[in-house]
Parts: sequence; C-alpha cells; structure tokens
Amino acid sequence: MSQFVYFYRGWTRPTSPAEMQQQVQKWSAWFKTLADAGHLADRGFPLERDGKVVAGKGKSVTDGPFAEAKDIVGGYSIIDAHDIAQAVELAKGCPNLERGGAVEVRPLMTMTS
Amino acid sequence: MDAVDALVDDLFRRESGKMVSILVRLFGTDHLALAEDVVQDVLCRALEVWKFRGVPDNPSAWLMAAAKNRAIDAMRGAKKAKAYALNAPAEAPPDVEALFHPAAVRDEQLRMMYSCCHPKLNEDVQVALILNILCGFSAKEIAAAFLIGVAAVEKRLARGKKTLALSKHLLDLKSDDVVGRLLAVQRALYLLFNEGYHGANATAAVRGELCKEAIHLCGLLLEHPRARTGPTYGLAALMCLHAARLPARMDCSGRFVPMELQDRSKWDPELIARGFAYLDQSARSWELADYQIEAAIAAAHASAATAEDTDWETIVALYDSLLAVRPSAIVALNRAIAVGQKAGPERGLEEILSIADSEILESYPFYWATLGEFALRSGKHGEARHSFRKARELARNPFERDHYAARIAASNMRA
Repeated sequence: MSQFVYFYRGWTRPTSPAEMQQQVQKWSAWFKTLADAGHLADRGFPLERDGKVVAGKGKSVTDGPFAEAKDIVGGYSIIDAHDIAQAVELAKGCPNLERGGAVEVRPLMTMTS
Repeated sequence: MDAVDALVDDLFRRESGKMVSILVRLFGTDHLALAEDVVQDVLCRALEVWKFRGVPDNPSAWLMAAAKNRAIDAMRGAKKAKAYALNAPAEAPPDVEALFHPAAVRDEQLRMMYSCCHPKLNEDVQVALILNILCGFSAKEIAAAFLIGVAAVEKRLARGKKTLALSKHLLDLKSDDVVGRLLAVQRALYLLFNEGYHGANATAAVRGELCKEAIHLCGLLLEHPRARTGPTYGLAALMCLHAARLPARMDCSGRFVPMELQDRSKWDPELIARGFAYLDQSARSWELADYQIEAAIAAAHASAATAEDTDWETIVALYDSLLAVRPSAIVALNRAIAVGQKAGPERGLEEILSIADSEILESYPFYWATLGEFALRSGKHGEARHSFRKARELARNPFERDHYAARIAASNMRA
C-alpha cells in the first residue's frame, strides 16, 4: 500500500444555499465511500484562500494569490492506494470534478521506496 | 462528527433566512446586500469546513455563531471606515447577543416576512422576496420553480429590495401596521402555496418544496400572538389538508392523478390530522375568511374514505359561501364541478356555461379539461374531444399534455 496526496484545485463554489448543502452531502458521501473501503488515511483540511508567501534569500513576504483562481488549492487529503493507477481511479469520484475543479494526485515519497 | 444524516433537509436554506433576517435588523434595510454577503460567506465556510471535518453536532448553532462573529467584524469595520451609518437613527442600537438569542430569531423572521409584504409591492414581488430572503431560494431556483425567466425574477427581487431599503427599518411587530399587514402576509403565503400546489411546474419535488415552505412560514405566523388569528389557522388548515394529498397526486411515471382516482391510502394522515386541528382552532374565532371555507372544503374531501363517499351537498354549500366572500370565475368553476358531481354531468355543464366572466377561464387548461370530462360523461364525444384539444393546446408541461392527449383518445372511443 502506498500513500498519495489529493490536492483539490479550483472549483466553482455554488451560490445558492440548497446547492451548498448538496455539496456538503456529496463530499461527505464520497469521503465515506473512501473510508469504508480503507482508502482514507486522513480527510485533510480545507485551506483559506489567502495567506502569505515567504520567498528567497531576502525573505520577502508577499500576500497571495499564489495562482490563477482555477489553480488555487482549496484543500487536501491523504489516501491509501495500491498504486497511482488506483489512486487516480478513486479520485474520479471526487465531487470537485462536477464543479469544474481538478484533483491533483501526487505520490508521497517514503523511506522504503 | 460524521453526522451528515443529521443535516436536516433545507438546513442551509432555512438558516440562511434566519441569518439574513437578523443581519438586516442589525445593519438596516439599506444594507440588505451586505447581510446577504455575510451569510453567503458563512455558508461557504460551513461548506468547506464541514465537507472535510464533518458536520458539527449542532449545525444551526455553528452557523449562528459564525454569523454573529462576522456581523461584529462587519460593524466594527463600518464604524472604523465611517462609510455608512449601520442603524436607522430612530431605533436604539440593537444588541447583537440578544438578537442572536434563539427566542429572538423567530421574531426577526416574522419582521422580515411582514416587511417583504410592503403595500407598495405587487404580490408576485412579495412572494419572490419571501422565497429569496426567508427561504434562501436563489433567483435561478425561483425561476425554475415557477417556470419563468431568471431575468423576470431578478427584476422582481431588485424592485422589492429597493422598496425594502427605502422603508429604512423592518416592521415593528408591536406597531399597528401589523394588523393590516397580516392580510397581505397571509395572501402571499397562500399564493406561494398555490404556486406549489397548482403551479405550472410538473416536478413533484419542486411542488412539495414550495408547499412545505408555505406551511413552515405559516407555522411561524401561528407562533406569534398577534398573527395567530382565525384566518391564519384557516390558512394553515387548508395548506395541510391540501398538501396531505400531494403523495397521491402523481403516479409512478410522474403523471397527474385527478382526485377521484387517487389512492387515498397515500394521503398523509399526519398532515390531515394537523389540518383538522388547525381547522378546529380557526372555528373558535369570529373572524371568517375565505381560507377557513377553503379548508372546510378540503376537510370534506379528506373525510371521505372513497371518492363515492364524498359529501358533495356540503361541498356545494361551502362553495356557495366561498363565492359570496370571494367571487371569482375559478371558484365558480370549482363550484360547478361539485354541482356536476352531485347532480350529474349535464347539470355540471350547465353550471360551467353559465359562469359570468368565463373569458378569464378560457386560458386555463383545467377549464377545458372539466368541460371535456363532463361532456364525455354525458356521452357528447365530439364536444369532449374539442375541449380536451383546447386543454392540450394550453397545457403547461409535458405531463399535462400527455394527460389531455389520453383524454382525447378516450373521447375518440365509441361509447
């Protein structure tokens, strides 16, 4: 079993309360499917949209944004899967995709690999 | 923590209505847009956090606490910037803690409901405002439910919000205006319910949702001593007794089932019991409004175990009283149907044809369908076919069209 990080990128937020509630329900259902099948190592966290960037030798501090709106990472989770193919397959169920977003699947590098 | 199932249906929508009402009271009616932004922000945070971390044990309290914090931030920011005066000067500055107290929340929603029914606004604007502000429907969702254009809904909402802003503050529940305004509020809820019950939208879910909202808001009215009048009880009774029939009004393929063919075991016994209890309450009042009479008609139907057991005699008499208080071609049509059921289809046809202002009815598919049914039962196949064709032309959705097409086919069969 290997571990992967899902980065949830840029999605269009729903604007009506009913749609928002639907999204909560969809995400919860999706996480539950992953957890029931033993794939969910850590649900992770959503990320605030703004923060700071500390960069370079000069340690310059700037405000976000860090990317185009469509590329902003909105949150992450950690997933257990046999290989990247399975991790990718599992990501296809993510509700983020229905709203024009993307899931970036990145293997964790570990000592044993 | 994983209490998704604890997320009550419509929690986001309902809480949105509560939060906007409280925030408008805090910020003033001319800052409705700010209140809406704050609520949007609170709901977005809930969405993000809950989807990762699970739904909290008391989602409503979580949202209220978040709204309170954001409200305090917004007011601090406004004070600093002195960009706008957040309170109408006539009113004492509202106490944030007190406003977010659960007991106050209901009153704030009522104030908003009364304020949406401003006498300057048309009824369609009032209904749109109530759905948008108190029930958390977006313009797009209202448009979809009513089968009208989004632009038309947006126009209504803009007009309504402008009037709200100009009224400076929400209606005081202790003021004398409340008594007069109650009629408008009842009427708006009645229209909202009817849009769900009789409206053009064929989706059972949408119909049920609109009816449920109307019942919920009417329940809020009943919690307030000054709004808890005979007519309000009558209105609540009529909504419950009609809504009880919703589960039987569509067959499994989504087609409309007329009342005489409905499987009465599907009628919701809980709503019927509630309806009867409200009707009893309304009878204790001296004020008589058309709502009580309509509720009594619905109660007469609910009391009949089968369509054949219906007490048409009583129903015709009730329609006579309804016509006296609220003369309208639609009521006259319904009365004519009851007469036809009681005394035979020929009498029904006579009654329909003698309705004075029937031109209004001619754009109403149900009018033609009724003519068709009575003609068919009288053996007048040609007339029946003609009427059902008219009904099909006027049908508002594919299910109605299918239903009338089937009736045309029935008229084509030789008796």
